[in-house]
Amino acid sequence: MMRSEPWQTAEIPGPVRALTILKPEVAVSAINRSKHPIIVVGHEAVETELEDAKPIDYAIRIADSTEAQVVATAHIIGEFISRGFKRAYWMSILDIANRLKDPGWGGLDGKGQYDLALFMGIPYYMEWVTLSSLKHYAPHLKTISIDRFHQPHATWSFPNITLKDWQKQLEAIATQLERK
Amino acid sequence: MSRKGLHLKLEELKTELAQVKGLEIAIGRIIEEEWAEPVGPTPFPTLASLREWDLKLLKKYRPMYLPYCDVCCLCTMGKCDLSKGKLGACGLDISKQQSRVVLLACCIGAATHTGHARHLVEHLIEKYGPDYPIDVGRSVGVEVEAPVTRLVCGVRPKTLGDLEEILDYLETQIVHLLSSTHTGQEGDELDFESKVFHAGMIDQVGMEIADIAQISAFNLPRADPNAPLADIGLGTVDTSKPVILVIGHNVPPSVEIIDYLERNGLHDKVEVTGICCTAHDITRYEPRAKIIGPISWQLRYVRSGVPDVIVVDEQCIRADILVEAQKIRAPVIASSEKNCLGLADRTEDPVEEIVSDLAGGKSPGALILNPEKVGEVAVKTAFQVYPVRGKFKVIPEINELIGEARRCTRCNECRRACPNNLPIPEAVGEAATGNLTGLANLYDLCIGCGRCESACPNHIRVHSLIVKGSERKIREEKYKVRVGRGPIQDVEIRNVGAPIVLGEIPGVVALVGCANYPEGGIEVAEIAEEFLKRRYIVVASGCSAMSIAAYKNEEGKTLYEAYPGTFEAGGLVNVGSCVSNSHIAGAAIKIANIFAKRNLRANYEEIADYIHNRVGAVGLAWGAITQKAASIASGFWRLGVPVVVGPHGSKYRRMLLGRRDHEEDWYVYDARTGNRVYAGPAPEHLFYAAETKEEAMVMMAKLCLRPNDTSKGRMIKLANYIDMHRKFYGVMPDDIPQYVRRESEIPVTMKDEIVKILKESGWQEKPTPDPTLLPRLVGVKR
Repeated sequence: MMRSEPWQTAEIPGPVRALTILKPEVAVSAINRSKHPIIVVGHEAVETELEDAKPIDYAIRIADSTEAQVVATAHIIGEFISRGFKRAYWMSILDIANRLKDPGWGGLDGKGQYDLALFMGIPYYMEWVTLSSLKHYAPHLKTISIDRFHQPHATWSFPNITLKDWQKQLEAIATQLERK
Repeated sequence: MSRKGLHLKLEELKTELAQVKGLEIAIGRIIEEEWAEPVGPTPFPTLASLREWDLKLLKKYRPMYLPYCDVCCLCTMGKCDLSKGKLGACGLDISKQQSRVVLLACCIGAATHTGHARHLVEHLIEKYGPDYPIDVGRSVGVEVEAPVTRLVCGVRPKTLGDLEEILDYLETQIVHLLSSTHTGQEGDELDFESKVFHAGMIDQVGMEIADIAQISAFNLPRADPNAPLADIGLGTVDTSKPVILVIGHNVPPSVEIIDYLERNGLHDKVEVTGICCTAHDITRYEPRAKIIGPISWQLRYVRSGVPDVIVVDEQCIRADILVEAQKIRAPVIASSEKNCLGLADRTEDPVEEIVSDLAGGKSPGALILNPEKVGEVAVKTAFQVYPVRGKFKVIPEINELIGEARRCTRCNECRRACPNNLPIPEAVGEAATGNLTGLANLYDLCIGCGRCESACPNHIRVHSLIVKGSERKIREEKYKVRVGRGPIQDVEIRNVGAPIVLGEIPGVVALVGCANYPEGGIEVAEIAEEFLKRRYIVVASGCSAMSIAAYKNEEGKTLYEAYPGTFEAGGLVNVGSCVSNSHIAGAAIKIANIFAKRNLRANYEEIADYIHNRVGAVGLAWGAITQKAASIASGFWRLGVPVVVGPHGSKYRRMLLGRRDHEEDWYVYDARTGNRVYAGPAPEHLFYAAETKEEAMVMMAKLCLRPNDTSKGRMIKLANYIDMHRKFYGVMPDDIPQYVRRESEIPVTMKDEIVKILKESGWQEKPTPDPTLLPRLVGVKR
């Protein structure tokens, strides 16, 4: 299951497609290069069970080690707070994407537009069209899907990988960023 | 009122032949003398008549495009790569292409409802004559019989014959709209969007025509809050009888089945069951008929082998229905020229000959374009087929199921084809060991599309396995639904008009649309119950109205049994089928007309402005699938009513989103003073896809806020919004300061907390305007 093709077989993106993250260093390097990153986390990040963790836990570790801002979409803001992570904002996936494509937006922290957005836990098809929108309308922004299914509209995305391999990748990314 | 520009009015004319007084003629129509209401500015509007209004809305709610892919493939110069700002060979960019596709979808939707209405009206005129009166509840005081038609066209239809002229207008508009999607026509995305709104408005009229015609002629419930309860669910069918299944939306063939049974004293000898909106409408005609379920119940019900004859009319019918029917040896009768299914036209053949061919297996089906003949053939065939078929089904027995499941190689192709990414391989893997729990769990989440089976390289009948694994659940599918009541009474509008406009009823939420649910239909029922308990008015139609029924509360009652069918706070109002959605728009329009006494006739812009600023209504199409759902939504957008869709709705390629951080977008005119006043982001969005049901509920509560809310009304609405936010998100919302205009609007039970939030934000009191977006309404006395 290590294929760089859309997870949903009928979803054909077009000529501009994601680069595949085969090693976690690729994501780590992109995050480290970013001057103003943001992490967008959807509800599936709390519904998916990994071994001794949930994807949201990795989102928090990445945010803590990079000081990236976090947007919790859907109804999961409380999950961040209950894990002791107080600086997440609530915004719907559409609202945050709509702002990310606006070059004049001041950002959640007032420091201007973001240059890198990581996505996790949005339903596959919804993340698909969101990333497509950003690909077309946010040329200033690089996007990384850190979900376990390939998202070709992102700038970088994992291939389709198993839960076990996904956790390994997330663990490696979080650990490397924490070492910085 | 002439839309052609020629308007002749003669006070008195004397000639040698005759003497005429008070004659008024316009090209194409005769002015109705006895309607005192003056004709408004936009009778029979054309594509650009309401463009300015549309652009006002689109300035607040700018399109956010969500392209499916980077290319356009609509002409032979393509495919064109539209990525990274590139233009197609015709000059179109990615935004224009998206808006064009949205318009195409809405044209399909509007054409479908209008075509439906045309066929229905023609049939009814043939049967009852053109002078048959329109009556949707005169005996209960429904005087505004066609609010959408009055508003858009400026005419009052009195007979079936009057509807034909309105249909002529709709058809002309759809042709022009569709033509604007041609290569080299429209070249601006906002103008495409304006045309999308026009298509939606046309669609609403088409739906209204269809429903008022069938209510009048078939004597369906006329604005009846106590419309009877009907059975719904696979478990309600008596399989010891011949069973007829009707699928689709256009009810005349189904009506003829009922009439034939009645005429021949056979009513208790045959089960008439339905799927999708024909099911709604047949229970409105005869509440002893049974609804099986929404659009997504087709495969599971057909494969169960229960139906002996399948009659299809139009819309939302599986394209492979004939193949599926053949598997269970059930003949198919196609009854609409829009959906011939490749069958031989037997309309002119003798009934006995057709029945013999169908029952004997000589023909898998027949096309019969005469509803009366369909009724007779369907019943006679069902009686002949029933003993021969023996309810032959294609759901595997348990040993077959295990055998098939063992062929699974876990290649994941089924899961990758599944719209909801369901864990099918895991469930099939469990089934291979004899454990059917996983399959049964999938049943509630499955939307019945069957893509898993098409994708399986080992030809495992995945959907049939899911159905087999859920046999017990299916037997227990026994619920009640209040049959579609049709319009809202004028007196109900008078009763709730003030509390809705002032905000004391926190909102009207309309749960409509299809069944592409992300987590099963039960979510729609849960959403309905949440708002019912909070005493919103909950309106339902179509597949959503069915899904609401498929749930019982702690007392074992469905929501239709637990809540009244009245249009009042805490009422659950099933208006009926897809075309009954027009009554939801009609209710909002009637609030402006009957309660607020605004002129209705051809006065679209003013009424939409009223609704947008004052009527706290919001639609939810949690499982929207079709182009019809798109056009239904767009009709509400033009009226300024926000619509929320489920996550799959993001595939409609475009949202209409407000920016609450853009203060300049939220100014209105105060109609009393003419001052431009900040009214806050209410409603915040016009078209919005929610990721989860929790998000949808909170957003719906927020989208009921309106600039016109009184302090008491705003307090009630905020109490619900904030409470739901805390309940589902676990935190207070961050936009409270934008919605509290004065301290008296702070919900009492949360006062300390909110005062603190306001203090920290530097909040200041804001005025409450008499809001309008139309400068021409400033200073107009009412």
